[in-house]
Amino acid sequence: MATINLSINGNKYVVDADPKTPLLWVLRDKLNLSGTKYGCGIAQCGACTILLDGDAVRSCQLAVSVVENKKITTIEGLSENGDHPIQKAWLEYDVPQCGYCQAGQIMSAVSLLERNPKPTDEEIDSAMNGNLCRCGAYVRIKAAIKSASNSI
Amino acid sequence: MTSIKTSLGRRSFLKVSVLSSGGLMLGFNSLLSCTAKTEKEVQALPKEWFELNGYLKIGENGVVSIMSPNPEGGQNVKTSMPMIVAEELDVAWENVIVEQAPLNTAAFSRQFIGGSQAIRQGWKTLRMAGATARQMLREAAAQTWQVSAEEITTAGGVLYHKNSGKSAGYGEMASAAAKIEVPEEVKLKDKKDFKIIGTSQKNVDGKKIVTGKPLFGMDIYREGMLYAMIVHPPAFGMKLKSVDDTAARAMPGIKDIFTVKSMEDDYERLFFDTCTFPEVVAVIGTGTWEVMNAKKELKIEWEPFSEHTISRDAFGQKQTITIPSGLESTATHLSKMAEMKDKQVTVARKDGNPEEAFKNAAQIIERTYTAPFLAHNCMEPMNFFAHVTPEKAELAGPLQKPELTEKTLAARLGMPVEKIDIQMTRLGGGFGRRSYAHFLLEAALISQKVEAPVKLIYSREDDMTSGIYRPAYSATYRAALDEQNNLIAFHVKAGGIPESPLEENRFPAGAVDNYLAEEWTINSNLTTGSFRAPRSNFMGAVEQSFLDEVAEAAGKDPIEFRLELLDRAAKNPVGENNDYDPGRYAGVLQLVREKSDWNSPVTGVHRGVSAYFCHNSYVAQVIDLTLEKDKPVIERVCCAVDCGIVVNPDAATNLAEGAIVDGIGNALFGAMTFKEGVPEKNNFHNYRMIRHGEAPKSIDVHFAQNDLDPTGMGEPTFPPALSALANALYKASGKRYYHQPFMAEIPSEG
Ligand code: FES
Ligand code: FES
Repeated sequence: MATINLSINGNKYVVDADPKTPLLWVLRDKLNLSGTKYGCGIAQCGACTILLDGDAVRSCQLAVSVVENKKITTIEGLSENGDHPIQKAWLEYDVPQCGYCQAGQIMSAVSLLERNPKPTDEEIDSAMNGNLCRCGAYVRIKAAIKSASNSI
Repeated sequence: MTSIKTSLGRRSFLKVSVLSSGGLMLGFNSLLSCTAKTEKEVQALPKEWFELNGYLKIGENGVVSIMSPNPEGGQNVKTSMPMIVAEELDVAWENVIVEQAPLNTAAFSRQFIGGSQAIRQGWKTLRMAGATARQMLREAAAQTWQVSAEEITTAGGVLYHKNSGKSAGYGEMASAAAKIEVPEEVKLKDKKDFKIIGTSQKNVDGKKIVTGKPLFGMDIYREGMLYAMIVHPPAFGMKLKSVDDTAARAMPGIKDIFTVKSMEDDYERLFFDTCTFPEVVAVIGTGTWEVMNAKKELKIEWEPFSEHTISRDAFGQKQTITIPSGLESTATHLSKMAEMKDKQVTVARKDGNPEEAFKNAAQIIERTYTAPFLAHNCMEPMNFFAHVTPEKAELAGPLQKPELTEKTLAARLGMPVEKIDIQMTRLGGGFGRRSYAHFLLEAALISQKVEAPVKLIYSREDDMTSGIYRPAYSATYRAALDEQNNLIAFHVKAGGIPESPLEENRFPAGAVDNYLAEEWTINSNLTTGSFRAPRSNFMGAVEQSFLDEVAEAAGKDPIEFRLELLDRAAKNPVGENNDYDPGRYAGVLQLVREKSDWNSPVTGVHRGVSAYFCHNSYVAQVIDLTLEKDKPVIERVCCAVDCGIVVNPDAATNLAEGAIVDGIGNALFGAMTFKEGVPEKNNFHNYRMIRHGEAPKSIDVHFAQNDLDPTGMGEPTFPPALSALANALYKASGKRYYHQPFMAEIPSEG
């Protein structure tokens, strides 16, 4: 057990945790930030994607000790009122089916557009390929990313 | 206008009024911090609610709250079902908020999802709920204004009396209406007057999903809650022998470890009580990570089980099912299925004289198809929350058929059903897997034993390797053509492990003079069950692929070939029990032909067509693909659907898009294989799923226009995708695909 300082969505948290605990479980079990989802635990599905200093990373593979004092953004902190251009595009295209993968999809899309505001279809595919959607909402996800890209 | 007796509704509506005064909705909020209510943009929540029946209540300010009775798993019923109530109530959708109803079999009918039946079977009840309340509001206004209720009209949540010029919002009359006797009979709207049904309305939970609010069973949190996971036998055919938990118990955060038996050996199971491993080891601790680590420290001995029987009550039919012993492998399954081709099996339907016709044929085409077991792989792994005390059992989580689980839970906990409360959370995917609730039983038993609230979570590996899989299937088809290339005989012999997929009365039955349908099964100790479009997901995938080949042998266009057969079935059907409507079937083929520009082929674009009927709906699809270095790139999928009235067209389109992607994904990659009883895939690194880059570039969905009552949507759009893909791949590569998953036979995987 160790005391770890975290900066999540602009808030400071102090948690007592085994330093090897993946950030995913600290978020979900200790901080009740359950927007970040568990899907596979082995970096294969993208459901647990968060932003670490602005880059999309899989929180199931990230020991909590490594992220101490880095800037963590989860789906809950993406925008004040759910009005990030990506979130708005997601609503406009009514993207979600079951919705379980969508937090991860959104975080990957945000990071993609930050790096590359006007991605081609191929660039979208390669940036998003690590995010599985079992419901198959891929066509709408891509349409929403393109729409957000035009509005940024 | 349709008049409809409200007798069933009346009883249940009255009952729920009594129940709900006791605060029916409160439990849920405490679990998922105020997420039961959907804050669609309504001006303001009312100060007071007046309940007119179990499905709806109206606030003094005119805001209407409608219950969504069924669990939501991505089919959008939580939006579409309340739309139907709102339509008959005659209110503006903007003034409606939606709440997820708890399990309450006294108040709601058929609270489950499966078989694409939610809208179809809810249709009348939901309309009646809206119409009854509207009638009570009219009565209330009539009494207040001293006029006849017949003279009162409504529009957008306002009551009007033309002659006196009086009007009042529903909110003003709600209190009086709540005291009106529930009418014996109500009039339903003319379909042509629908204002909400048939319009695209956004997912009522959309905002919560994109902002990461807790909606799923996995997200449940309760003060003092413990986390539990299971360890199950590593192979089918094995059971628990002994547990040494000394090291695991010493791990940080671990509270308890014990075995859980979700099903007693002699318990007469209900249909959806299928249970993968009846006895598992439960590890309970203060966090998921702690529990995951402790699981690795357990030393467990497993042993093969011997052949045994279980008894089952399948909707009134008493069955004794033999579970064979042994450690099964895919290789053995395949050879056993291949042997069935030449064995005497059960005849399910026979028309004319197929033997004779095959003897006289100018040309015979024979093909055998196989498809593997499939894991559902819902994105949200199986999980459930339980808090069981001697006084009551509180459960919450994602489940497709809560009402079919209650009885078994009561028996297992030794508690009357009245003390059990099952709350429904949003499902992170269902696809049939969440029809089976052994994880709910496990959660309840664990909570009962540790005397604390518990959230049980399956790891992805547990979820995938303790599946209630889609059965493995095989079918051999034979077709006989005469000199003029007419189809004179058709023979299908289909079976599976452990169930037969045969639908003997489906097309082309009824369109061919000489027809034979036979079936067989092979017993197994692998647990199997419903998977999106059960049985049809195989039959639709292979029969439509075979017909493509027969059309080609007959030198006919594949759409034209099917239309000719359907024409025959319409004008002069063979046999009596054909379970499809040839006119509607032909309708979707014609629609897809037109919308896909079938008659204007493009060089370099390879197209395949398929059409299938299941779950009361008709679907035809055309897939266009190109090859990029031998790798198929799906350019476009054009889909035509006849599911009667479409309640929420954009939501239905979304669901069809998902089913098509799912169909393509499973056709290309889907497979669970076994070696010595061990599932060979346990997570997404070895169970290949369709990903962004493999999805179609575009999908367009077109609906047949009619005013028939709505039928299934989530399942019938799935099977045709597999066969349309097989047929398009053939056009591209010249190779027919008989064995799923196709990717195993496509040379380069990109
Ligand atoms: S849970 Fe982290 S990638 Fe799947
Ligand atoms: S919306 Fe269900 S997994 Fe993506």
